[in-house]
Amino acid sequence: MKPARFDYLRAETLAEAHAALAEDGNDARIIAGGQTLMPMLSMRLARPKVLVDIMHLPQLRKIANSNNAIRVGAAVRQAELLNWPELATAQPLLAAALPWVGHPQTRNRGTICGSAAHADPSAEIPLSLIALGGTVELSSRRKHRSVAAEDFFTGMMSTARSEDEMIEAVTFPAARRGHGYAFNEFGRRHGDFAIVACAAVVTDKETRLAIGGVADRPSVREFGTLDGSALDDALNDFAFDLDARDDLHATARYRRELVRRMGRATIEEARQCRA
Amino acid sequence: MSSETIWCGQSVERVEDAALLTGRGRFIDDLGVKPGTLHAAILRSPHAHATITSIRADAARQMPGVAAILTGPDITANSASLPVGVRAQIECWPIAVDRVRYVGEPVAIAVATSRYVAEDALDLIEVDYETLPPVVDPLAALDNTGSVLHPALGSNLVNERHFRYGDPERAFADAARKISVTIRYPRNSCTPMETYGIVAEYDPGEDAYDVLTNFMGPFSLHSVMARALKVPGNRFRLRTPPDSGGSFGVKQGVFPYVVLMGVAARLCGRPVKWVEDRLEHLAASVSATNRVTTLEAAVDADGRVRALSYDQIEDVGAHIRAPEPATLYRMHGNLTGAYDIRHVAVRNRVVVTNKTPTGLNRGFGGPQVYYALERLMQRIAIELGLDPLDVIRKNLIPSGAFPYRTATGALLDSGDYTKALDLALADGQFDELRKRQEQARAEGRIYGIGLTAAVEPSVSNMGYITTVLTPEERRKAGPKNGAQATATVSLDPLGSVSVHVASAPAGQGHRTVLAQIVADELGLKPSDVRVVAELDTARDAWSIASGNYSSRFAAAVGGAAHLAAGKIKAKLARTAAAQLNVPASEIEFAQGRVRARGNPDNAVSFSRLAAASHWSPGLVPEENQALRETAFWTPPELTPPTENDEINSSLCHGFIFDFCGVEIDRITGAVRIDKYVTMHDCGRILHPGMVEGQVTGGFAHAVGAALYEEFAYGPDGAFLTGTFADYLVPTTTEVPSPVILHLETPSPFTPLGTKGVGEGNCMSTPVCLANAVADALGVESIDLPLTPAKIGALLHGDEKPQRNAKPAPATPAKGGGRALRGQGEAQVAASPEAVWEMLLDADTLASIIPGAHGVQKLSDTHFKADVTLGVGPVTGRYKADIRLSDLVRPKSVTLTGVVTGALGDGRGSGRITLTPNANGTTLSYDYDAEIGGKVASIGGRLLDGAAKMVIRQFFAALARKTGGANKRGFFARLFGGGK
Repeated sequence: MKPARFDYLRAETLAEAHAALAEDGNDARIIAGGQTLMPMLSMRLARPKVLVDIMHLPQLRKIANSNNAIRVGAAVRQAELLNWPELATAQPLLAAALPWVGHPQTRNRGTICGSAAHADPSAEIPLSLIALGGTVELSSRRKHRSVAAEDFFTGMMSTARSEDEMIEAVTFPAARRGHGYAFNEFGRRHGDFAIVACAAVVTDKETRLAIGGVADRPSVREFGTLDGSALDDALNDFAFDLDARDDLHATARYRRELVRRMGRATIEEARQCRA
Repeated sequence: MSSETIWCGQSVERVEDAALLTGRGRFIDDLGVKPGTLHAAILRSPHAHATITSIRADAARQMPGVAAILTGPDITANSASLPVGVRAQIECWPIAVDRVRYVGEPVAIAVATSRYVAEDALDLIEVDYETLPPVVDPLAALDNTGSVLHPALGSNLVNERHFRYGDPERAFADAARKISVTIRYPRNSCTPMETYGIVAEYDPGEDAYDVLTNFMGPFSLHSVMARALKVPGNRFRLRTPPDSGGSFGVKQGVFPYVVLMGVAARLCGRPVKWVEDRLEHLAASVSATNRVTTLEAAVDADGRVRALSYDQIEDVGAHIRAPEPATLYRMHGNLTGAYDIRHVAVRNRVVVTNKTPTGLNRGFGGPQVYYALERLMQRIAIELGLDPLDVIRKNLIPSGAFPYRTATGALLDSGDYTKALDLALADGQFDELRKRQEQARAEGRIYGIGLTAAVEPSVSNMGYITTVLTPEERRKAGPKNGAQATATVSLDPLGSVSVHVASAPAGQGHRTVLAQIVADELGLKPSDVRVVAELDTARDAWSIASGNYSSRFAAAVGGAAHLAAGKIKAKLARTAAAQLNVPASEIEFAQGRVRARGNPDNAVSFSRLAAASHWSPGLVPEENQALRETAFWTPPELTPPTENDEINSSLCHGFIFDFCGVEIDRITGAVRIDKYVTMHDCGRILHPGMVEGQVTGGFAHAVGAALYEEFAYGPDGAFLTGTFADYLVPTTTEVPSPVILHLETPSPFTPLGTKGVGEGNCMSTPVCLANAVADALGVESIDLPLTPAKIGALLHGDEKPQRNAKPAPATPAKGGGRALRGQGEAQVAASPEAVWEMLLDADTLASIIPGAHGVQKLSDTHFKADVTLGVGPVTGRYKADIRLSDLVRPKSVTLTGVVTGALGDGRGSGRITLTPNANGTTLSYDYDAEIGGKVASIGGRLLDGAAKMVIRQFFAALARKTGGANKRGFFARLFGGGK
């Protein structure tokens, strides 16, 4: 478990990071908290030519709350957002979801944007982005663009990021009056990859439920004001459409069951929060 | 025993902790190595079962910094096969020779100037395998239709023995009821925090090996290693570092690697260091055995068990490595557990399968036996309509029957099981728990209660393993029995006391307890006594039983230290008697002084007296000279197996009675341990804090075994739990604090009255929790681990069907499967003929196979390619071999591919069907793939999605190639809907 040889570039400016990505493309990897990438390097699953460390760029270390949006820079650690005093009022869904991200030790190093970039189908941060309808800011030497979360996550550990781009920030819509939020997750142990994770956002007319851990990416569906058995039926459709698979920890059937039952409970919880 | 005993029985501060808590522990990887020491890395088999057809290592050998690349023939030429414990035509090498038999089996060793360079070198070694059908299931191993792992053996059955005690046939014939259970105990391990480590050196001038390793014993394996290295015992010097980071039996399994690294050091002419990494550890260190047991009881109508009949099939993995099949025989004397059952029949079969070889692991054989026995006791109660508690009580060995000889030969030293049970029920508030269950059930919650009674054996009889031999074979081999414990107490010229033992601790606190024991004997403070526990076979007193296993420390090693201190004390007492002018029998040792009983002023300081034999030996008669005393102690009760195969497999037998309440979440099926009470009678307690630590730690391991942990293998023998993300060890969050209760019935067979306590909960707790879960769910049979998905399947009933008549999901619901299957559909803007031409064209394939670096056409239907495959940052280079078959031009074709690379290997096939439509062609596909090797063992959770991704890339590229590129968004959506 020793990494293969790589170069390490500690970026002093954003331009320097962009230049490295422009030059080496997929052979360059941004390293932020390293909580996923370091084990991958050690297991030689990943063999980048160069690691570009962005943790020393002050402009990426900011959490900003303005225009009804929470913008989290690429070097903000998960623990920093979780400990941000405004979080519970600014976005209760994040406040509920972040404690499920790994363990205190990994949250002390891991970043919000790093989790988005990695796009693990079970991860809470991509799920929250999808549920809330957040955006991902990408930048490169060529351009700066924002991509809606739903377009950003394209599959298993795959995103709409081009080879020369890096995530500069992600933006979560802030909580709004009259909205209800709820988050639930089930894993084998606390801190494990979710077998099923549910995030619900509810307004007077809408009910968005996002599910992680089942499909190859977090997926969201709108349930409107459905209730009772109609909601059960719609959740059943969602459960099947996610195309769950068997793995070591749970069967597809078990995952569908959790989507139906935990999904329903999460929606009800969010509706109660709104009320 | 000294009348002034004060330290034993107190939870004194551990002398080990100051160093451990301040990062000053001296573990093997902390110790420096000699300049010029080389580092080894091991290339391991990605296959469960395969013939090695060639190994090409020239590129690796030529790498700067690489000293050697060693493979099977290098090892076989310089060592001997490891001796095995059964009479069978079987060789046991520490590296694959011609054939690999489990995922993770060593295939080659790179020795280089650093571990980094060594791992770089592994990347350059190319091995060709021809895979063989794997044998994964122990029952499949028995049916002779499949592969045979060791051809010389002729079958996968290594050993079979039948035993009969009392008159089981008659008891069954006369029985009111016959009740049986069949259980499959899974594989697991106690996963020490520190992995294996070795620094091996060879001195050609002396033809001698010197090996430093965190080996834990039993030191009977010293003989195994020395014989494998073909040197006499005195030319194989084994040393242990001062600290070892947990062992739990597992570090017994370092010994094959000692042989490998010894040979490597010899061939390289320099010391070689190897520290196992976690991937290696999980895949290929050792596992506990998995076992299939059918256990039947002959029972009276009132629940009294008259006879037991065991049929045990023990799966020891790919090789029967010493000391196996010890896991199967360690409990042989205790097959009747805590019960008075006089008739027993046993059929034991040992099989080999394509899994990691097994070895010692906390609980060693106990969990497997008690899972069957205590599940059976619950079933007896249920089937007879009795209270499970009454069935246990009715069958317990009666108070006053000790020492009690079990039907199978164990001599249970002491105990009062009924009293312990009553105490547990009272102090653990069992009645309250029953009320709690009633209330929970009244509220519609799923709540169950489990019970377990168990005998915890400790201090193994080194002769028990010979029970696997027939009496005739034993007669030929000569009797084996006993268990020598050794301890040395020495006095230095300043009169201070040092103790040395051969106990190989791994964090338990042996040094603290030994200081307590010796301080008590000599009237000193524990801080006056310094204990050294690292072991050097060239310098220290040791024997085959030395080491840290079978919970032997408190009873055997502590006892030997007490005896060694007593020997020195007797000599000092005689010298003191002469000086103080009183009879030796009137001398007492207390408070650092040696004094006349009843006249404390007539005294000499201990240190002055203790130094006397150094400074003025001429004044001390020879028989009283006290410098250094070594005690060797072996209990006479540990006799060899009798002609009738009765075996007193262990010296001491603690008693455990556990009960617990669990609640099951109706939605998730998760088990929450609501209350757990564990009553122990482990004889005299020397250090209550450490006993609590042992019970708590054993309980945590048992919670892991019961609810979380399993070394899982796919049907193809792929290893599926290669990291701690898939092999789930419970953390402090998942382990509740048990209520720990004690009764102290001293053992009459040990010097201090002590017994072992380290393994009991690993034996009692898994089945206690399973009994509670079975009670909660009302199910007849349930196997470990009790995962939420497994329980969910019992809870959730029939699934709500899918609306709209879509086809059923591609994969039937099943646990642990990892065959990847899927299907999809794509619209291609070209005629079926055009698509057909592309699929058969090397250049087109090159442009649509994801990451292809060139496609070589070997025939019209056979292609080879170098491809880079991966998702996200996980990419690897593979060699792909693709064949087309079942061609029905231009309608359908089957594409079969095999990819191999450092990250793993995959094989799969897909059927592609082309159907013309108005805009071109509907291309539908379904595939079936299996992935093995590294990615399968460490990334199982993501494999399916990754395979889907790669296959989708292929068809997306095909669609683009045929003019779909301009409609990329449209196709992307289409493929996204593919399965």
